[in-house]
Amino acid sequence: MMEPSAYLLLSGILFGIGAAGVVARKNALVILMSVEIMLNGVNVAFIAIGSSLGDVTGSVFAFMVMTVAAAEAAVGLSILIAIYRLKETIDITELSILKW
Amino acid sequence: MEHILFVIFGAIAVGGALMVVTRRHPMVSAIYLILTLFAVAALFVLRQAHFLAAIQVIVYAGAVVVLFIFVIMLINVPDKKLPVERATGLRFLGVIVAGLFIVETAVIARRAGEPASRGVDAGSVQAVGRALFGDYLLAFEVTSVLLLAGVIGAIALAKKKI
Repeated sequence: MMEPSAYLLLSGILFGIGAAGVVARKNALVILMSVEIMLNGVNVAFIAIGSSLGDVTGSVFAFMVMTVAAAEAAVGLSILIAIYRLKETIDITELSILKW
Repeated sequence: MEHILFVIFGAIAVGGALMVVTRRHPMVSAIYLILTLFAVAALFVLRQAHFLAAIQVIVYAGAVVVLFIFVIMLINVPDKKLPVERATGLRFLGVIVAGLFIVETAVIARRAGEPASRGVDAGSVQAVGRALFGDYLLAFEVTSVLLLAGVIGAIALAKKKI
């Protein structure tokens, strides 16, 4: 089996790409997708370390992350629907009613 | 063999992720997201995490992305109303910081040592099931409460009138 370092690098790359998407995009849908990419990058690290140590905990943690990701996507997208119904936009720079 | 497959699927995952964050239309992003998720599932298989690979395909590609696509179609933003992405200084800075994070991970990952043990079957359905319903039973049960909260929250938020 390969050493985990290559997988850790890949996981960092995925996380970084997702983070760049979150900070640089204005489309709320794409931002949510970028968050999913970040969570996937974390899962890659969990699985790589878990399997290289021969420990099942990595898989269990990745499982929990996936559950959180599913719940987050459901709630986030329904918030997006509610916002779109209210403001007719998915541009996050126009959603500034909480700003003073 | 694992090296070659790792390079192939890793490149697909990274390329797909790049396309997700750079495409203008969210539907294109969603399709590339499926590509990335499948490539990550293949990487899980390479690490002998078969259960997680199956869950990845079923839950992520099967449920989460379908949810995304449903919402994209449901709100159906017209092309000219899609947000116009401008490269402001702050956004540029954010991308640079994300790039720095990748460099940082590369430096740390090079120091990751040899695996302590090899060839142990740690990702099979049996092993994960034993852990989930044994040591992590409480966490597993709490997960179901989280999902229930997610379902109720999603319905309550997206409903027109409660």
